Parts: sequence; structure tokens; C-alpha cells
Amino acid sequence: MALTNEHIKQRLIEKFGEQISGFEEPYGMLTFEAPKEINLKVLNFLYDDAELKFRFLTDITGVHYPDKTGNELAVVYHLHNLEDNVRIRFKVFTGVSTPDVYTATGLFSAANWMERETYDFFGINFVGHPNLKRILNVDEMDYFPLRKEFPLEDQTRIDKDDEMFGRG
Amino acid sequence: MSRPVSYNLIQKPLVDDISMAEMPEGHQGEGFFATSLDKVIGLARKNSIWPLPFATSCCGIEFMATMGSHYDLARFGSERVGFSPRQCDLLMVMGTIAKKMGPVVKQVYLQMAEPRWVLAVGACASSGGIFDTYSVLQGIDQVIPVDVYVPGCPPRPEAIIDGVIRIQDLVGKENLRRRNTDQYKALLESYGIQ
Amino acid sequence: MSEHHIKLPEGSIEKTTTTLNLGPTHPATHGVMQNILELDGERIVSTEQTIGYIHRAFEKLAERRPLAQITTLTDRLNYCSSPLNNMGWHMTCEKLLGVKTPKRVDYLRVIIMELARIADHLICNSIVGVDAGAYTGFLYVMQYRELIYEIYEEVCGARLTTNIGRIGGFERNFNDIAFQKLEKFLKEYPAVLKEFENLFQRNRIFMERTMGTGAISAERALNYGFTGPNLRAAGVDYDLRAHSPYSSYEDFQFNIPVGTTGDNYDRWLVRNQEMWQSLSIIEQAYQKVQEFKGAEAEVYHADVPEYYLPPKADVYTKMEALIWHFKIIMGETEIPAGEVYHSIEAANGELGFYLISDGGRSPYRLHFRRPCFVYYQAFEELIKGSMLSDAIMTMSSLNLIAGELDA
Repeated sequence: MALTNEHIKQRLIEKFGEQISGFEEPYGMLTFEAPKEINLKVLNFLYDDAELKFRFLTDITGVHYPDKTGNELAVVYHLHNLEDNVRIRFKVFTGVSTPDVYTATGLFSAANWMERETYDFFGINFVGHPNLKRILNVDEMDYFPLRKEFPLEDQTRIDKDDEMFGRG
Repeated sequence: MSRPVSYNLIQKPLVDDISMAEMPEGHQGEGFFATSLDKVIGLARKNSIWPLPFATSCCGIEFMATMGSHYDLARFGSERVGFSPRQCDLLMVMGTIAKKMGPVVKQVYLQMAEPRWVLAVGACASSGGIFDTYSVLQGIDQVIPVDVYVPGCPPRPEAIIDGVIRIQDLVGKENLRRRNTDQYKALLESYGIQ
Repeated sequence: MSEHHIKLPEGSIEKTTTTLNLGPTHPATHGVMQNILELDGERIVSTEQTIGYIHRAFEKLAERRPLAQITTLTDRLNYCSSPLNNMGWHMTCEKLLGVKTPKRVDYLRVIIMELARIADHLICNSIVGVDAGAYTGFLYVMQYRELIYEIYEEVCGARLTTNIGRIGGFERNFNDIAFQKLEKFLKEYPAVLKEFENLFQRNRIFMERTMGTGAISAERALNYGFTGPNLRAAGVDYDLRAHSPYSSYEDFQFNIPVGTTGDNYDRWLVRNQEMWQSLSIIEQAYQKVQEFKGAEAEVYHADVPEYYLPPKADVYTKMEALIWHFKIIMGETEIPAGEVYHSIEAANGELGFYLISDGGRSPYRLHFRRPCFVYYQAFEELIKGSMLSDAIMTMSSLNLIAGELDA
């Protein structure tokens, strides 16, 4: 029997019940969210289950929603079932004051650097990560650049000719 | 507010499919040729520049194409590209230099022995390029003094060769005592280099 | 006194292993990444990688630009095969916007993508040769990369950072000169590839340098998130072109080369075979393109005036074209809000684009799933216990492109 989104949704609701919410299917990919405390349980369930078999971690990334107070930072996992060719997206939300999320490095070695990148850009602290330090930015940077409140350009420049940029 | 535009008006006519380099001025006779020392040294240096390709990104691939047989850079004397700064004359910085990489560029520049020249290849090395962001150094002239800038994203191999030819002009006409002058020392001081 | 930016850890004087900095400036043109190796003589005990020396903040830049302008950023991800990245981005936008491209556009896209794949694999394989000491192969195939660059130039005007194509198709139809150059390529290249292959494939020195080093098993590779030729060399036949076909790849007949041990030699062989397969795909695609006759042969973009700029002659004379032009340039086209993840088989593996749009002209969040970033983590496991020179070969056979590593 082919693995359809309906079936996956059903299995997830059977196992986790009320904790999983936000089922959507944008452009054919099943998306759901869960509280951050059970993210490892969900990932383990998706990995170990004999029918679901989501054993390939495609990507981990973060998103910043400054409007959702209490849930500003999201960690998005993309998983892939290679045998049945099914992809799934799993989101975990956390607030900006205590951005702690359990690390997935025990399950997927690929999560190591992906979580470091998410930490570098958004400041999400992955609890239990073996080496959580900045990976792409300079080590001395003290802010998390991809959050919406920070600008793109380097603010310390004095040589920009405002007239050339239409601001003069 | 218009900036002055300059065109390349220097034309050298081609004679018999071979272009001969000009001889420096001097006195010559039976078996000898007398000229000033800096002209001879300049001529020797400019036709045997050993570059250090500091290739970081896309411009590095265009450099690889320039070193290939189609647009050969070796015919200008740069056959031996070295990767040790101690043995090279020309630091060709090709590609984006991020703020994390800035100290490394400076370190490599410091290890080079005088006389040394710097060629900034590409828009990113000249001025930060299309990346006006918090993590990109807006031009390597923030950390090291640059002699020639080659714009382009990436510059065509012909443009990189043009940049090398302009470096050759600078090398050929340079005063032998330039590296000891106060003006040059002041330039290095402004970058924090002793 | 210049400041050194490497801090020695404590206890480094008492320990018995040597710390070697295989630093960001490499003698081989791999790009900027740093490995700090702990060596016991010549054997590597452990290593720590530092990347980010060319971090250009693409993801933050993308939040500033409208969708069509992000193509220039994707060029610079894997700059050895820019058209692949461009096409992947266009397909992501088309998925978000619901645009379907006609068959001729798909076939032309396949030709360009496979040419880019050949260009990238040529660089990787010849650089593996250069690191083993054989410079000739590299110089020889660079000539044919120049021919591929000339084909790109005929279509889009640029050699390396091509910005090729638009949302819905191409910016201009392929002219006769482009097809002539393509025919020249298809005629001359097989002999060149055969010669290049003969130089390395059964060369004893090359085989002894590359066999047995940098090996990884299929389970570890999958756990590390490997994709692309590195995964196929380990024995897993996962290729996005066959498993989730995009851009009409299902109309083509091709094989997927798979290795056994995942060592450097297998990776070299897999890339080599993929070049042969790409050549066959280009021949099939070219034949299919030539079958379009008459008005169909003039189709080079989808009929989506909302996202594809109308021709200038129409903009100056017709009212609707003027309105579409205005809306596209000012960024007032209807972009649906939503999130989409699309991935293609880039030269190094699965290049994914995760695009969250809030309905405005630029994305709310764009994330690039870069294959190099994911598999470079495994480098420590690949070289632990091997010799320093094997580490160099492994690094070059993994095809690490710094632009894709750091984005």
C-alpha cells in the first residue's frame, strides 16, 4: 500500500494524539508541528517505525516570526523516506527568551552542522549538541544576524556615498 | 555629478604578426648597451612576475581558465604560480573576502617580500561586489594596499590579462628606491603594517 | 607584530601529536576551508574543520530581493555549474507560482543542465588528477570547458555566473550558432573524454593513490545526509532525476552509475560515468528539440505574462503588455503566500530551496540546502587514521566548492 499523506497523518495522530497540530499540505508536502519537548520522540518515531521509515534528514533550518509572541523562532526539519519517495516537514516552535530545543545529532549525524548553522543565524540553543558554536560567522559576533530586527548591511561603514544610492 | 570617463587610446601597430617590446633608452655600441639600472631591472621584473593566486570563489575559476591554454597567462612570464608568499611577487586576490578571511589576507601579504604588488580581481575583491552584507569585507583595500583593480563579475580572462599587463606597466616603471621612501612607509602605516 | 588568528589550545606543548593547519589558503584551488589536523607522524588522529571564510549571507540578501533577482545569488552557490543552480531556483519559483513550462523549454533546460553537470565533473575529476600530480589532464579538458562556456555565452551572454533562464523559460531562443556549437561539442567531446579517461582509469599510480582511501559505508553516508555522486559511490542508487523527475527527465533514457566502497577511486569513476550519461542525455534532448517544427520551434518560454516580461515591442504598443511590465518591474505581481521546498540533482547532490513567501515581492525566508555543507561534516570520519596525502586526495575528490559550503 502506498504511503499517502493521509496515512502518515493518521499514524501520527494515533501515536501522539493532541500534541501534534497544524496539519497542512502546501504543494503536496505534509507539514505539521509539535511542541519542542517531544521533537526527539517524533523524530524517533518517524525513524523507527517499520512503515513510515523517514530515515534521511534532508535539512534543518530556522525561521524567525517576530509577530508570534512566545513562539518567535521555528526549527523546521525536512525528512525524506527514500524507499517510498515521500517527504515530510516538521516544525517546532520556541520562544525567543528561552530558545532551547533538543538536538537531533544522536539520531542523524547530518544534524550536527545544520544545527550549528541554525544556532549561528537565529540563536536557537540545541541542548545536548556536542559542539555548539558559530560556524559561518566570525566567532566574536554577538548577535544573531538572520533575525528580522537586524539589518543586512554592515552599519559601521563610513565610505558609502549616499548620493549614489539615492539617499543623499 | 558626472565622473570623467577614459578610453583606452594606446594603440601599438602590429608589424609582421609579431609585436616587439620596446627597448629602453640608452647608449649602445659594439657589444654593449648602457642604460639606467631601474629600466633594466624594470624590464626584467615585469616579464617574470610570479603570481600568488589567492583564489577564493568564482573569480578563481576564471583564473583557472586564464591559466589554461586558451587564454594563456604563462606567455606573460607568469608560468610558475606559487603558493608560498615568500616566493611570490604579485598577490592576485580573486573572489569575495569575508571578514573572517580578512586577517588571513593580511597575514599572507605580510609574509611577502618587497617588492610586492597586489591585484584585486573581480568586483568582490575591489569593493565588496554585489554582497553589501554584514559579513563581507567591502574591498580588500580595507586591509592591504592594492595596486590594480580589475572589475567584473567575474572579469573575462581577457580582463584579468589586462590587469596583469597594467601591473607589468607599474612594475616596469617603478623607481628602485620606492619601497624605502617616506610616502610608501606612510601608506603602509595607514594600514597598520610596519 | 601581526596578530595570529589561530589560538593554541592548552596542553599543546606537552602532547605528542603535531597540530597542522591545512589552512584557508590552499595550494590547490579548492576554495577556502580550514582543517586543523592532529597528526601522529603522517597519520591523522583527528581533525576539526572551520568554514565560513566566504560567508556572504545569501539567505539574508535574498530577503531583500524580488524573486527574479535571486537568480544572480544562486549563480554563486556552486560556481562551477551555475546553470544548474539557476534552473533549480526557477523551478522552485514555478512550483510556488503554479507555472507549467512547455516541453521544448524543458528539453532546452535539460541540455543546459547536463552541460553544466559535465563542466562541474570535469573540474572535479581533473583537480583530483592535479592533486595526485597529473597536471596534463586538467589543461586538456579546460579547453572543452571553454567550449561549454561559449555555448552559455550564446544563450545568455555570460561565461561563468550565467543567470541563465527566467521564471517560465529562457530569455531568448537558442540561435543557430548555439546549436552549431552544441553539435561541435557533441562531435568532438567523446574522443576527449575517452582520452582523459585513459589517462587515469587504469593508471597504476592513480589507482594506488585513490583506492581504499576516504571510504565510507552506505549506512554512514545516509546518516550523514550524503547525496549525489558521493552517495552513489557508496552504493546507494539515489538520483533525483530518476526518483522525482523534474523538467521532463522522465522522457529520457539514462543509467545511474553506482560504486561499491565509496572511496576516492569509486567517486572518480562515478563522476566519469555520469559524464558519459550526461552526454547521452544531451544527445537525446537535442534530437527531441530538433523534432519541434514551425511555430512550436519558436517557443522558448511559458505563456505567463504575470511573471515573464513581455517583449519590448508589445510594451510600447499594447496596453496589457504595458500593465504586465509595470507590475513585474514594480513588484506588484500576485505571489501566493505559502512555503515550498523543491530540490534538484545538482552536480554535488541534492540542492534544495526552501522558500517561505508571505505574498510580498521578496521571500520571507529562503534557505538553500547545500549538498557540500552537509557532506563536509563527514570529512573527519573519512580521513581518520589515514595519511596526510590521502586527506588531500579525499578533500578534492569530495568536490568541495567553497561558495556552496558557506553561502
